[in-house]
Amino acid sequence: MMTQTATKNDQASSTEPSRFDHLKQSARGSIQQLLAFASLIVIIAVFSFLSPHFLTANNLISILTAATVTGILALGTTFVIITGGIDLSIGTGMILCGVMTGVFLTYWGWPIWLGVLAAIAFGALIGFINGINVSILGIPPFIATLGMMLIASGLSLVISGTRPIYFNDTPAFGDIMNLPIIPGTRFPLGVAFFIAAMVVAWFLLSKTVLGRYTFSIGSNEAATQLSGVNVRKWKVIIYTVSGLFVGLAGVLAASRLSSAQPTGGLGLELEAIAAVVIGGTSLAGGKGSIIGTVVGALIMAVLTNGLRIISVPQEWQSVAVGIVILAAVYVDMLRRRKAA
Amino acid sequence: MKKNHLTGFAAGVAAMSFALVGCSSSDEGSDDTMSAEADSSAATSEEMPYVAIVSKGFQHQFWQAVNAGADQAAEEFGVEITFEGPDTEADVDQQIQMLQTALDRDPDAIGFAALDSQAAGPLLEQAQSSDIPVVAFDSGVDSDIPVTTASTDNKAAAAEAAKQMVEAIGGEGEVALIVHDQTSVTGVDRRDGFIEYIEQNAPDVEIVDTQYGGGDQAESADLAKAIISANPELDGIYGSNEGSAIGVVQAVKELALPADQLIVVGFDSGQAQMDAIRDGSMYGAITQNPVGIGYETVKAAVEAMNGETLPSTIDTGFYWYNADNIDDPEIAAVLYE
Repeated sequence: MMTQTATKNDQASSTEPSRFDHLKQSARGSIQQLLAFASLIVIIAVFSFLSPHFLTANNLISILTAATVTGILALGTTFVIITGGIDLSIGTGMILCGVMTGVFLTYWGWPIWLGVLAAIAFGALIGFINGINVSILGIPPFIATLGMMLIASGLSLVISGTRPIYFNDTPAFGDIMNLPIIPGTRFPLGVAFFIAAMVVAWFLLSKTVLGRYTFSIGSNEAATQLSGVNVRKWKVIIYTVSGLFVGLAGVLAASRLSSAQPTGGLGLELEAIAAVVIGGTSLAGGKGSIIGTVVGALIMAVLTNGLRIISVPQEWQSVAVGIVILAAVYVDMLRRRKAA
Repeated sequence: MKKNHLTGFAAGVAAMSFALVGCSSSDEGSDDTMSAEADSSAATSEEMPYVAIVSKGFQHQFWQAVNAGADQAAEEFGVEITFEGPDTEADVDQQIQMLQTALDRDPDAIGFAALDSQAAGPLLEQAQSSDIPVVAFDSGVDSDIPVTTASTDNKAAAAEAAKQMVEAIGGEGEVALIVHDQTSVTGVDRRDGFIEYIEQNAPDVEIVDTQYGGGDQAESADLAKAIISANPELDGIYGSNEGSAIGVVQAVKELALPADQLIVVGFDSGQAQMDAIRDGSMYGAITQNPVGIGYETVKAAVEAMNGETLPSTIDTGFYWYNADNIDDPEIAAVLYE
């Protein structure tokens, strides 16, 4: 019976991305989200038990602040991963967008709102080029975005002249990330942007034609093409949308330090991808959710913070995070095998 | 200045569109630009002695200051230099390739700061057998081939930071360390120099935690926030390089701690750190003398070329600076933005 349903479902998705299919997908997704969410709660409970300093308002705000940049990268890249693609350029691309913010505001003296929008648009441009490379030129996503990863890393240094760009003329720029917005707490504006980005990403993926095609391309690209969807065009759009999130992350990272640091970013893409995968999005494509990614990003951030709070030596922190990633994916596979 | 950035940006856009066409060659891109630069400057100066300098980095302000000092000495002693370094201090392979390329250009002397002395062993022997003197600088080279080593005594410098920290917190309390890494010589010396001073001279000061943030500002800020949350009685944090120290200042800012609750002691300079010291969010910092390191390296290379004997180490010195002396000419000369 179960097998029959699954086959029927697969057939449905391979012919047409119907409303029915989409509902099925979100039902599956919600089990996964529940599982990831339960792991998050367990991890929080364990750390709260181990240290009295973990579950405090200030520390929870610290965790959200630490999760913001990687989390936003993870949100955007969820779309790409659901199509069966991958984006390795998000970490250094984010750094490049930060540097461009510095160019717009400090070197060119643009008003903050314009500079920020232009930097986000620049992120979209990076995504657009990735999309063209993958979709029109047919370069495998891994290679296309690996190239972009290196290009962005180099351009950040070229454009900044290998020096950090400071926002001395626009001190208010720092407020975008740092301004406390809830009276009596240190809850920063940047985290509010993170939450807004979650809502936007969730809406795009679950409520729009963009989201439907994202799933459809990921589960069966050929069939989607046959059913009359311009897959090439939509892939470019999906990579571009992912780039918008990269741009936002770059702005927030630069705002946090009131300076565009041209180095770094390498490794962030893997953290973001790990968050997406922990959240139950399949690297094979066709399956995933924004809520899962949010929970995945929070698991990564809570784990890092908690291990530090209980003073685990750094070497062992990496080991622990690695084990959690493996465990999360393994449990997901078990569950799916059972379901099949 | 502005024009430069415009050109840089235009070059960047051009590079980006170029890279679109030839994606597969992009992994060699970063080396190409640097060695192309090096080749052209080497070619223009056949009659001047040539010193090839391979450093541990290129991007950070610290290495740019070493570069500036080397340029200064090059001008003074009438030699041609090239200065290059890998993208990060983890890129041992890239550095070895740079050293190989430098040797291939047949320089009159080499300045070298090894990321991994053993990995560089065969190339150093090659330099020795071709009678190219090697001057080690910064963290130095663990080998007897270099004629001398121009570097900061990091342990002594870290001990000075510890001494200042102990004085600032009144001789007792809890302190923590944010170090840039646990494997490099500078990371280890700046950690151990600090810890050993406290252990030997300040029995009432407890070191509650030592963590490593890779010298990344945001990472070090997140680390510092976790340490501060976990240790409410904490009196001070020591950041072992520019990124680590700025990260601690950022953490204090994000947590909105009252002004004198936590003493922050830093290392190196850079605009953000100098600002923090001026506005009081950082108590003070140790600065090396990066310009001096670059200068002494080239000077020693010239002396070695001329067959002079050199001491086995050249201490390039360090300074403690805080809000009181940051504008003294002696200090201002070794700080870099």
